Amino acid sequence: MLPTPSQTVGPFYGYALPFPGGGEIAPAGHRDTVAVHGRVLDGAGEAIPDALLEVWQPAPDGSRTGAPGSLRRDPVTGGFAGRDGVTFTGFGRVATDADGHYSLRTLAPGGVPYLSVCLFARGLLHHLFTRIYLPGADLAADPLLASLEPGRRGTLLAAEEAPGTYRFDLRLQGPEETVFLDFN
Amino acid sequence: MPPTQQSISEEIAREHEAYARAGSVRHHPDRGYAPYRSSLLRHPRQPLVAVRDPEAVELSGPAFGVTDVTELDGDLTRRHTGEPLGERIVVTGRVLDRAGRPVRGQLVEIWQANASGRYAHQRDQHPAPLDPNFTGAGRQLTDDQGTYRFTTVKPGAYPWRNHTNAWRPAHIHFSLFGTAFTQRLVTQMYFPGDPLLPYDPILQSVTDDAARARLVATYDHDLSVPEQSLGYRWDIVLDGPAATWIEEGR
Repeated sequence: MLPTPSQTVGPFYGYALPFPGGGEIAPAGHRDTVAVHGRVLDGAGEAIPDALLEVWQPAPDGSRTGAPGSLRRDPVTGGFAGRDGVTFTGFGRVATDADGHYSLRTLAPGGVPYLSVCLFARGLLHHLFTRIYLPGADLAADPLLASLEPGRRGTLLAAEEAPGTYRFDLRLQGPEETVFLDFN
Repeated sequence: MPPTQQSISEEIAREHEAYARAGSVRHHPDRGYAPYRSSLLRHPRQPLVAVRDPEAVELSGPAFGVTDVTELDGDLTRRHTGEPLGERIVVTGRVLDRAGRPVRGQLVEIWQANASGRYAHQRDQHPAPLDPNFTGAGRQLTDDQGTYRFTTVKPGAYPWRNHTNAWRPAHIHFSLFGTAFTQRLVTQMYFPGDPLLPYDPILQSVTDDAARARLVATYDHDLSVPEQSLGYRWDIVLDGPAATWIEEGR
């Protein structure tokens, strides 16, 4: 069957898609929590204040089944109840702020050294996939990183700013344009 | 000075001609589509890098369940104390993968303007009234046949600033998950017969006529509820490989 075409997420998704705790993928207070943050920038180097990042990753044990409960609802008020504080759902969703900045708190994935990212924004007619590679793991063995020109490989590598805190900027265009991926 | 509708329409026509000349089918918009001005600095110029790794994490995807939605989330007309203004409609259809198989138990999210064409969003300040009885966001899990069903009101058209006198045709935003993250889709559903469709650079960014037609719902009189609502049907086909496709030797 022929696919339904993509359209931009537009500027007004803010009351529908983001949810409280969307970037808190790690169970609350988990001692192995790492923070990943950065900015989303356009071809002029300006902040994109209306981008939406989704992250999907294996659990620390390598499981890729995910778990429900990212958007857990409160049946009393109809609002969001937040995650249950225990379950690792593997899914996060976070909008950029006025400065184009996002932040996530998660656990390092098992079996692979990367977080999968799907990026949406006003002005972006079709979402983009990329990956955030965390340092420390065995990056040399990764087939995607190995296939990239050295000059572009660095755009997928998060930088360790402090123990457990990683920086990863996404540049949609320009000399340091992030590597974006095609799975079709 | 912002461009006129006439100059944007001429650009749209040139893009359609260029697509026809190129002669290959393209289902999704080109991310760099100049008539939609906001795309200019927000699309990559480097080609995407192909990933053909059968172990890629993106061939699996997030799971959602009964904790993630409430029954009322599918009815956008019952979220406040009073009745929203506007023409009440049901929008329903099936979510399928490219092999035609239903996408079961996955999350469908929608958002839209109210009947006057105003979003419940601080950035939308155009002079159409907000409706205290309508927010315009809903979510649902697909059933075993891949079916979703929302009750809402028909959204209004609204102006935007792409060019002088730019108006978006009435539309409902949809966000969909498949069994794999690669199948993720965010799109917009349009209404049949809307006179604004040819003027809109966002819809027209889908330069393939048949693909563009797949973004327009069908009016279905059998879906109407007597004395209550009219109905539209819109089926959605998710692109992208899933782990099951690899197993089948795709």
